[in-house]
Order: sequence, then structure tokens, then C-alpha cells
Amino acid sequence: MASKRGIDSQVELVQIDGLVVLKMIKHSQEEGAGGTDLVQGVLLGMVVENRLEITNCFPFPKHNEDEDFDQVSVQYQIEMMRNLRHVNVDHLHVGWYQSSYFGAFINRALLDSQFNYQHSIEESVVLIYDPLRTTQGFLSLKAYRLTPEMMKFYKESDFTPENMAKHGINFETILEEIPIVLRNSHLVNALLCELSDKTKKDQKFSALDLGTSSMLEKNLRQLMECVDEVAVDTNKYLNYQRNNFRQQQTKQQYILKRDQENLQRKQRGEPPLPEEDLNKLFKPLPTPQRLDCTLVAGQMDSYCKQVCEFASQSLAKLFMAETLHVDQTN
Amino acid sequence: MASNLVCKVHPVVLFSIIDAYERRNEGAKRVIGTLLGSVEKNIIEITNCFAVPHNESDDEVAVDIEYARNMYELHKKVNNNENIIGWFSTGLEVSVHSVLIHDYYSRETKNPIHMTVDAHVKGGKMSIKAYLSTMIGVPGKTTGTMFTPVQVEHISYAPEQVGVETLMKGKYNPLERVVQPQSDLQQVETSSEWIRGMLAQVTQYVDDVLAGKIQSDNQTGRYLLDLVTSVPHIEAEKFEEMLNSNMKDLLMVVYLANLTKTQLALTEKLSTL
Repeated sequence: MASKRGIDSQVELVQIDGLVVLKMIKHSQEEGAGGTDLVQGVLLGMVVENRLEITNCFPFPKHNEDEDFDQVSVQYQIEMMRNLRHVNVDHLHVGWYQSSYFGAFINRALLDSQFNYQHSIEESVVLIYDPLRTTQGFLSLKAYRLTPEMMKFYKESDFTPENMAKHGINFETILEEIPIVLRNSHLVNALLCELSDKTKKDQKFSALDLGTSSMLEKNLRQLMECVDEVAVDTNKYLNYQRNNFRQQQTKQQYILKRDQENLQRKQRGEPPLPEEDLNKLFKPLPTPQRLDCTLVAGQMDSYCKQVCEFASQSLAKLFMAETLHVDQTN
Repeated sequence: MASNLVCKVHPVVLFSIIDAYERRNEGAKRVIGTLLGSVEKNIIEITNCFAVPHNESDDEVAVDIEYARNMYELHKKVNNNENIIGWFSTGLEVSVHSVLIHDYYSRETKNPIHMTVDAHVKGGKMSIKAYLSTMIGVPGKTTGTMFTPVQVEHISYAPEQVGVETLMKGKYNPLERVVQPQSDLQQVETSSEWIRGMLAQVTQYVDDVLAGKIQSDNQTGRYLLDLVTSVPHIEAEKFEEMLNSNMKDLLMVVYLANLTKTQLALTEKLSTL
């Protein structure tokens, strides 16, 4: 059903029901509480025109070390979906969600799962939810999918620099973000009106918290780790390039020498030297895999964006505090 | 014994119930389902729920018990702190059939709670009520069941609250009903708007009292005093210094982040040459 659709009907907008948002929050709050465990779950919904509507979701059971865990969890999924179908919930699998701390989510595991999802269901997306930022008052929810180029590239699983260049893959073209909107039915809005009368108001201003340094520090620390990784990787790559270049040079010299010798032998009327396998003499160096490095770069890029956004709102808050204080002292 | 019980509901439960109601079978008057949560002393916390298919006609009611049990097992796998604590139905009143369903749940758990959510919005409000059943009647004769109301409160985790707040914005544009996610900066703006509104209201009140337009209220006065004293007194210079160092930090970080980004772009270009 999914594969029949052409590229022209690509999903351009992800519409999420309030219920899904709250279910994800609840799941990560209850299971991830205390530790930095990531939680994951399945998104259910359907595609309407160029809009992906996510109308329900359910959590994955906690990871354990059992060997048959995969099987159990598949069984769990199938059963859950069948049961939800009974109560008329949209039972089409449209992706998955994952919680992430400080926006650290771009890694091989995510790429693998998302590739598998998109491979079997074209319009799958992954929702990334950040519990820490949400606690601070900014609901942080983002939808991502792999770009078509990345899908092709990943399928070939040939991560050499040449192949990357061929597909035009760089850290900006791995994942694409899809805009999201939240939408509720009228009845849910009625419920919200009811709730707004009864809930306390003191939570409303968590967005105005001035103590931002710890968050910033964490972010920078992670960024630093990434920078280190990239630096190591770049060094490796440079080394490879240098060695490769050197090898090519010696190879050329060798060929030249042999050609000259052969020429001399010919003049002397001797038979030429026997053919030799050049590849045996000069074993081609293993080309380093560039994917991980690109991923780290992507992660860094997203950290940087996050830090910038975070700094901008913190600055705004500081300016506000300043104005307030000036007024007070006057 | 039932009077001091408090039933605390998480918003996700209510959302689920409404969703289940909207997805009811054609012709079905109401939906029912199981409530999951925990009981601690006199507090019943409802953290989760799921709908259970059922059939109801004038003279009989059938609940898919197998389904309920199966679903409970599945939920158990994710969070095994959640136990069956009762059941919900949509609608305003407790009907005769409710007693039968309640009987079933009494077998699953001791003293199940029954929650009704008025999804038809009959009373002009979506009232949420909870009941406990008690047996009444004369000993030796036929007994009846009485549903006694229990106090319902709303609680939520901090992030849940943020989620609900964000969703609230959707109700102000009735045509579209959508909420666009805002950037952090915009949210700070919204929050400061709120604060401004509240401050204006307070100032208005104080002015009015000073002008003698309205009667002053001791309670409010005390709150105002609390408010004023809660503002920390910092010397202007110190404050300036703190502020400036903070800002410098932030600017530095922004600069570094942008530098890193440039560096990344450069590396990318160089390595793909």
C-alpha cells in the first residue's frame, strides 16, 4: 500500500494528536525517571494526502537481557496492535518515537532502526522527544526521517568517501526534519477547557527560569566530546590520505623502473621480466568508513543549533531581568 | 471510610477516554474501559487506562473480559507498577448495567473505583466524577448497591503539565484547532506576556484600593507583601556584574557554536574534494 505512492505525495507535515504527546510524556516520565534510560515506542496513524496523522501510540516494553527479547517484543507489538484495532484505533504503523537527553540522538542505532522502518513503510518518521527540555517549560518534539539519497546510500552499505560523494551525502543530508503541528478534536478541546479551570498556574512560568548554566554546561560538554571524536576521525582520514598518496607514488616509481628495465632487456635481446601482480606488492589500503564521522558531524550541527536557540532565549530572559531590576532600583 | 478518599487523575487518562469515545462503534452509546494506577493509603492515582469493547442493549450487557485481561497483561509488560483499580465509562449517570460491570471489576480488584466522564457534555460541562460502591440493604433481604461519590483531583507530572499547557493553545483557534510548535524565544515571550498581564492586574488592584474604589482585603494584602519580600535585594552593581558575566558567557557560547558550525562545513567540503 505504501510503496505504490510516488515521490510527489511525500509527507510534508506531521500532525500529532494531543493524546500521543501525553502518552509519550507519561512513558518517558515513568520509565526513564531517575536514570537516563531511553524509551521507545510505536506510532500509529495514517497518511492523508501529504499529511501524516499520528493518532495513537504505545510504548515498547523495557529492554532486558533475555535472548528471546526481540521475539517477545515483536509478539507484544502484534498483539497490542490487534487489540487496539478492536477498539477502532488506527492500526497502521507509521513510525516510532524515542526520548533523548540534550538532543543526543543522531547515532547508528537510530539510523539502523529508521532505515528498517522506512524500508518497510515508506512514510515512517521518528519522533524525538526531549524530557529535560520539556520539564523546563519548552515542549520539545521533533519529527525526522532519512532523506531519499540517504536511503539509497544506506542500502548499498558502502560507506567509502567515493560512494558518499556519489550520493551527495553529508551531515546535512542524512536526516530531514518534517514540520509538526499538534491538533485536538473538539471534544478534547472541551476537556482542556475543563482542565484549565482546575489546574494550578504556577507551572506556566517554568519557561522563565533564569538558572540556565547547568543546561548550557551539559550541552557544551557533549559538544566537546563530539569535537574530540571528529578530530580523531579527521586525523585518521588525513593519515589514510597521506599513506595512500605515498603508496601511489612508490607504485608509480616501481612501474616506471620496470618499464625502463624491460626496455633495456629488449635492446639486449633478452625476454621481458615476468608480469607481476601489482596489487600483491602494493596492497590497497583499507578505505576508512566515513559514515560514523558524518553522523557525529550531524550531531554536532544539531547541538550547535540547540545551543544557539538556548542562548537566544536565555539572553532574552536576562534582558528581561535587567529591565525589571532597573525599574526596581529607580 | 469512603469519604476521605481522593482520586487523582492524570490528564493522559482523560485524553484516552475521550479518544476512545470518539472511536466508539457506530450506534454505541458509551464506551467503557479499565483504569490502571496505584493506591496508596487514601489516595488513588489513576495513571493509565484502556478501552474495552462491550455490547449493551436494553436488557443485557456483555463485556469482552478476555480482551480486558489480555490488554492488562500487555500493559503490565511496560509498567508493572500499574494495577487494575477500577473502570471508566462515558456518560453522566450510573445505570443499571453499571452495577453488572462493576461486579466484574470487583472480582479483579478490591473496591474498584468507577469513573464517569460526561463525553456528551450534557450538563454544558465535561464533568468528571468518581464513585465507590457500597452494599446497602437490610440483612437477610435483597441487597442493593449504592455508588458513593469520591473527590476527584487532577494531577500531572511537570512535563505532562507543559504538554497540556502547549495543547491548550489549540483551543483558542476553533477553526484550525492546531498548535504550531513555537521556538524557545517565542515561548519566553508568551510567558512574559502572561506575567505582564498578571502584574498589570495586581497594580490595578493596588491602585484601586489606594484610591478607595474597592475594599481592601487582608488576605490579598498578605499575599502582596509576600510577593514584594520575595524579590531578592541585590546591589545594583553586583546585579549588573552578574548579569554581564552571564551575558558574556552566553555570547561566547553562541560565538563558539557558530565557529564550530563553520568548521564543520569546511571539513565537509575539504573531505569530499
